[in-house]
Amino acid sequence: MKLSMDFAALGLYVASFIGYTANLYRDRRWIGRVATLLMILGLVAHYYALLERSRVIHAIPYNDLYGSMSLFAWLVGVTYLGLETFHRQRAVGSLVVPFVIFWLALAMSVAPTAVIRAPQANGALFALHITIGILAYAAFAISFLLSLIYLVQNRVLRHGKPGLAFWRFPALDVLERMSLSSVWVGLVALVIGTVLGFVWEHRLAHRFAMADPKVLVTLIVLVIYAAYLLIVRAPAWRGARAALVCVCNFAVVLFSYTIVNLYFTNFHRYF
Amino acid sequence: MAIDSISERNAAAARGRAAIALIGCNHRTAPVELRERVAFTPEQAVRAANELCRMGVIEEAVVVSTCNRSELYGVTSEEGESAPSAMVSYFTDFHKLSPAELNGRLYRHAGPEAVRHLFRVASGIDSMLLGEAEILGQVREAYNRALENGSTGPVLNRLFQGALEVGKRVRAETEIGARPMSVALAGVKLAERVFGELKGHSALIVGAGAVAEQVVEHLRLRGIGELRVVNRSLARAEELARRMGGQAGDWSNFESLLDQPDIIVTSVSGSEHVLTRMLLERAMAARSGRAIFVIDLGVPRNVDPDAEGLYNVYLFNIDHLGEIVEQNKKAREAELPRVETIVDEHVTKFLAWQSSLEAAGLLDAFRARLEAERRALLAAHFANADGITESERARFEQLTEELIDRIVQLPSQRLRNARKLRRPLEGLAALRDFFGLDPSDREDES
Repeated sequence: MKLSMDFAALGLYVASFIGYTANLYRDRRWIGRVATLLMILGLVAHYYALLERSRVIHAIPYNDLYGSMSLFAWLVGVTYLGLETFHRQRAVGSLVVPFVIFWLALAMSVAPTAVIRAPQANGALFALHITIGILAYAAFAISFLLSLIYLVQNRVLRHGKPGLAFWRFPALDVLERMSLSSVWVGLVALVIGTVLGFVWEHRLAHRFAMADPKVLVTLIVLVIYAAYLLIVRAPAWRGARAALVCVCNFAVVLFSYTIVNLYFTNFHRYF
Repeated sequence: MAIDSISERNAAAARGRAAIALIGCNHRTAPVELRERVAFTPEQAVRAANELCRMGVIEEAVVVSTCNRSELYGVTSEEGESAPSAMVSYFTDFHKLSPAELNGRLYRHAGPEAVRHLFRVASGIDSMLLGEAEILGQVREAYNRALENGSTGPVLNRLFQGALEVGKRVRAETEIGARPMSVALAGVKLAERVFGELKGHSALIVGAGAVAEQVVEHLRLRGIGELRVVNRSLARAEELARRMGGQAGDWSNFESLLDQPDIIVTSVSGSEHVLTRMLLERAMAARSGRAIFVIDLGVPRNVDPDAEGLYNVYLFNIDHLGEIVEQNKKAREAELPRVETIVDEHVTKFLAWQSSLEAAGLLDAFRARLEAERRALLAAHFANADGITESERARFEQLTEELIDRIVQLPSQRLRNARKLRRPLEGLAALRDFFGLDPSDREDES
C-alpha cells in the first residue's frame, strides 16, 4: 500500500508544529493561524490516508497496528483542534502536535498488513464501538498532555526560573479547564463506546463478556476518570494533585491500549 | 533607492545638501530635576518647532519630549556647527536656563548618528526601562503633532516614518518587550499565570505603599472585580480605598476578609507577620481550596514564609519578584544585538534614501546649469550669425537639447537604480563644488 497521503499528512503536521512553536516564541496571531491551518490540512490529508486504507480493507482501519495507531493519531489531532477552537488557546499546540506526529510516524513504521477479519466484526454498530473507543483514548491522551504541562508550569511558577514559554502557555486555571473538557469528551465517548460494544456482543452472542480483561480494564478506566472529575472539584485535590491523578490515569489507558490489547485479550486486538 | 515624489525632488533640488541635526538630553545625561525643567508640553513643542523654522535656524523641526528625554530634531541646509549651536541657544533660552546649567547635559548628534539615535529611541533600547513600549507611541505623537503643524518636510517625514517602522519591527521580531520589567507588573503577570484573565476575580490590598499602588493600577487595567483595602487605621483604609477605587475593610474583621479574595497584596510596616500560616490555612479551608495568590511587598516580610508550602497558595515576596525582573532584564539585554542589527539595517536604508534625494537635487541642478549654458550659447551665436533660417535654428535647438539629454541620461539611470547600491552615494558634496552647482557659486560668477 502506498503511504503518500500519510507522508503528506506527516509533512503538514511537522510544518504545523513549526508554526505552533514559532507562535509560542513570537506570539503573532497570523503565525498561530497559519499553524492551525496547516494542522487542518494535515488532518484532511490524514483523513484521506485513512480513507484510502478503508477502501482497501472495506472497513474502518482499526484491524491492524498501523490502522489502529494512525486512527488514534488522527483522533488526537481532531480532539485537539476542537479544544483549541473551544478554549481559544494555541500555545499547547507545540506540545500536542508532536504527539500526533509520533503516533502517525510509529504507524507508518509498522506499515499496513493484510487484515484477517472475523466475519462477525462487521456493521455500523461495531465500527462505532471501536471508533468512539479510540476517540476516548485520544481525548484522555490530550488531558494527559495538558496535565503534564500544568505540572511543569506549576513547578516553574513555584520554584523555577520562568522562561519565555512560561509566559506564553495558558494559565493554570485554563489548562485545568482544558484538561477537564478533554476528560469529559473521553469519558462520554468511553461510556458510549462501551455500551455499543455490549449491545453489539449481545446481539451477536446473547451474552456479555464481562470476564474479558479488556472489558475489566475499560471499566477501571471509567472509574478512575470519573474519580478525577470528582476530585478536581474537591478542596484538597484541585490543582496540581488533580493534574497528577490525570497523568497517572493515562498510564492505565496506555496499559489498556498496549499490554492488554496485545497480550491479555482475544478479541480486542488493536483497539 | 528611488526618489518618492516630484515634490521631494524639488525640495532636494532647492535645498541642495540637507543635514539632520539633533540636540537634547535624556535620563543618562540629566537628572530628573533638570529634565522636568526642559520638558515641552504639546503646545510648547509646536511653538518651538514653528519658531525654529521661522527664525531660519532649521528648515524642518520635530520636538520629542517625554518624562525621560527632550530632543529637538532639525534639518539644516548646511552641515557644520552653526545650526546645532543655534538650536542649543534656542533650547536654553526657551526654558530660561543659563548655558552653565546645561553644560555637559546636552548631547548633539548629526547625520548618521542622529538617525541612529532616533531609531534606537523608537526601538526602546535607549529608554530607562529597556524595551519599554510607550516610547514608540510618544515618538508617533510627536511626529504627528509636527506633521499637522507643518513643521516637517521630506527628510524628517522619512526619518520619523522610518523610526516608527523600526519600532514596530523590533517589537515584532525580537523579545525586547516580551517580559515584565517592574516588580508590580511581574506580580500581576504571575497572578495571570494562575488565574488567566483577572476579570471577575477579587483582590485584597493590605496596607499601602508605592509598589502596592502600582499593583492596584495594573489590576484595574486588567479589569479586576472586587477590590478591598484594609489598614490598621480605618480612616487611612477609607482614604486609600477612595484613591484606588475600592472598598475599605475593617482591620478587626481582617481574618474574615481573607475568605473571598483570589489575590492578596500586602505592604504593611512592622516586624510581625500579618498573614500567618494558620490564617492562610483557615482561609483556604473557607474558600474550598481555590488557589490564592499572595504578593508580599513588605520589608520585613508581612507573610509567614512557612505559608509558601501550603497547597494552592502561591506566595511571592519582593525578592522573588525582583529576581524575576532581573532575569527578564537579562533576557531583554540578550536581545540587544538583534535590535541593533535591525537599527543598522534601517539606518543604512535611510542614508541611501537621503543620498539619492541629494543626488536627485544635484542632477536637477546640473541639468539646469547645462540648460542655462545652452540657451546662453545659442543666443550668442544666433545674434552674430546672419542667414540662419528658422528651421536651422530649430534644428540647433533640438540637437543641443538632445545632447543635454544624453549627458544626463547615464547618471539618471544610475540614480534610478540606486536602490541596488544599498549604500549612501559618496562624494556628492565634492561633485556639487566641482561643477559649481551651489547657488553661491552662481552669485560669485555673476
